[in-house]
Amino acid sequence: MNKSVFFGALTVAGLAAGASAAGTLDDVKARDKLNCGVTTGLVGFAAPNANGEWEGFDVAVCRAVAAAVLGDSTKIEFVPTTGKTRFTALASGEIDLLARNTTWTFSRDVDLKFTFVGVNYYDGQGFIVPKELGVSSAKELDGATVCIQTGTTTELNLADFFRTNNISYEPVPIETNAEGQQQFLAGACDTYTTDASGLAATRATFDDPSAYVILPEIISKEPLGPLVRHGDDEWGDVVRWTLNALIAAEELGVTSANLAEMASGTNNPEINRLLGTEGNLGEMLGLDADWAAKALAVGGNYGEVFAKNIGENTPIGLARGLNAQWTDGGLMYAPPFR
Amino acid sequence: MSILTDPPKESFRLSMLIYDTRFRSATIQVVALIGFLILGGWLISNTAQNLVELGKEPSFGFLNEPAGYDINQRLLEYDNQNTHLRAALIGLLNTLLVAVMGCVTASVLGVVIGVLRLSPNWLISRIMTVYVEMFRNVPVLLWIVFINAIMIETMPAPRDFRGETPEATMKLMDTVAITNRGVYVPEPLFTNSLGDVHLFGNSSLRFDVSLDLLALLLVLGASLFASAKIRSNADKTQEATGVRPTTWHIRTAVVVLPSVLLLMFLGLHWGYPALKGFNFQGGTYMRNSLIALWLALSLYTAAFIAEIVRGGILAISKGQTEAASALGMRSNRIMNLVILPQALRIIIPPMISQFLNLTKNSSLAIAVGYMDLTGTLMGITMNQTGRELETVLLGMLVYLTISLIISGVMNLYNKRVKLVER
Repeated sequence: MNKSVFFGALTVAGLAAGASAAGTLDDVKARDKLNCGVTTGLVGFAAPNANGEWEGFDVAVCRAVAAAVLGDSTKIEFVPTTGKTRFTALASGEIDLLARNTTWTFSRDVDLKFTFVGVNYYDGQGFIVPKELGVSSAKELDGATVCIQTGTTTELNLADFFRTNNISYEPVPIETNAEGQQQFLAGACDTYTTDASGLAATRATFDDPSAYVILPEIISKEPLGPLVRHGDDEWGDVVRWTLNALIAAEELGVTSANLAEMASGTNNPEINRLLGTEGNLGEMLGLDADWAAKALAVGGNYGEVFAKNIGENTPIGLARGLNAQWTDGGLMYAPPFR
Repeated sequence: MSILTDPPKESFRLSMLIYDTRFRSATIQVVALIGFLILGGWLISNTAQNLVELGKEPSFGFLNEPAGYDINQRLLEYDNQNTHLRAALIGLLNTLLVAVMGCVTASVLGVVIGVLRLSPNWLISRIMTVYVEMFRNVPVLLWIVFINAIMIETMPAPRDFRGETPEATMKLMDTVAITNRGVYVPEPLFTNSLGDVHLFGNSSLRFDVSLDLLALLLVLGASLFASAKIRSNADKTQEATGVRPTTWHIRTAVVVLPSVLLLMFLGLHWGYPALKGFNFQGGTYMRNSLIALWLALSLYTAAFIAEIVRGGILAISKGQTEAASALGMRSNRIMNLVILPQALRIIIPPMISQFLNLTKNSSLAIAVGYMDLTGTLMGITMNQTGRELETVLLGMLVYLTISLIISGVMNLYNKRVKLVER
């Protein structure tokens, strides 16, 4: 009895002690490995491929950060987290960075003490239903059984949506996307709800994707982005500007194809500053001068990462929509590299 | 004149704490205790300090904020605007529900299987052996998930019940609907219901108790008491005269009639499930998650209880059986009157641990999305508020309390049945 109390307390203390260690950037460099929290598997965003290597849209953020900090995009320990475990994993210091389509909300930012470093995907919550159900609007879902991942903002949005529309529903809480998919396909729930991008990604893995429709209603704003712990701004800056580098590179026309050529110097000073041939931006971050070039070398700029993992030519088939560059009418807007 | 002097007065020296065997063990214990307290204090202060540094001072204020999420199975009225505390209470009741259902089922199954495993019938005893080995050697989590998966994958969806020639039909004369979301059974309804009593006003812990249920329990308790009285009178008559009066018909009437009369007075009728919209409406809805958790926990724990029962029975000397049969008793009476009463004394203490195990194992509920205490307080509430330490501590406290109550009650029972020693 005493022993178990002791170990229990030790664990709690260990968690707390881990969280208070400062200087994540130095920790990562010393460890020579980035601990990155991702989903337990959502095709297109983060899932292991046939060779067991993690790949996807969120994974690309982890890889870019690892390349910028350590110069090697493979020096990553991927930690699969569920909707429930992700924040504890980050707060306890088990992971340095959480890139797991996590919605940026006030309470997570302020109350949970995390820093969202930006948005890598503007999303909204939607519903998917089998075509044979004959439902064309989410407002027709009165009395429906809804599968929902527990511990997510979608759970609260769902409650709000049904409440404001004065209709009832029966929630079936599930732990992971795979379970949700299984229950939905077996008909144990009428509809499955999560971020529309997640629905598209999930539908792409169905045997017959055309038998299912995503309803037109988007019931929430879900800006998804990577996040780090509060209180370590140096590390937050590294992740923030790595993400910004990917976005800015697309705007500036730096691609994986012309990266080598651009890195040897161009007549656009902003590209030069970004790629480290001019100025000392890397030094300010505590990184090498060519940190952004290394990050871009992994999978190209934001647009390339998007197209490769979740774009229209992939089975997931998401249009850029809100996630286009601001110059193309989207919301992707990186602050100037100056 | 006496030359006797007092024995030299032993003065206490500090070294005696170690070298004197009278003090040594106490010294060691005190030192160990102090060390333990220091360590514990350090751990607590370290945790508290680190939490403050993180900007997360321990606070339980979040319990009074609106929860914002819905819970599918609720024994009390609840909606998403209620507080986190109320959500935790709903979860706690779900935990208790599955624990009670599980303990009852597991005990019944366990005793039957344990006795059958000792059956002289080769086939029956082997089947029971297979059952026991199968269930206690596979982790209970797998059984929970397995049963849930079977329910989901093999049962018909509610929409299969629709149409001219439905793929699935309701069972037992259209009263029970078995779907891949759960089982709908008829529910008792009362036309002259006595209503509910509302306890604790409007607080988060408000609790509605159905007066119908209360009345039924009272009447049933009173009739059982009367029935026991009749039996003890019959015992007395038998002891005095040697003739046992026939009482079974009176006792049955005493137990059954008042309850039936009460139910008629209340206007009992049944509400049947019917397909409306996406789901069945009406009736009592036992969700997949509850069924899977209940069955898996019961079957799993029953395997252990069966072994405990078997051990208890085998511990009674064979001479007792032989003596009883020499007196001319039949084997079922030997079991009921001679073996089981003695075996119970051995069976009860390990049984307590099994009940505790079952209750604690019910926290695996989240695997099938059953919203128990772990799913609400230590699941969604923890996640939405980010109060890991507080919610987990609170959860541990609640489980500890439940366990202590169970073992307290069982220990009382154990005291009653244990061998009275002189």
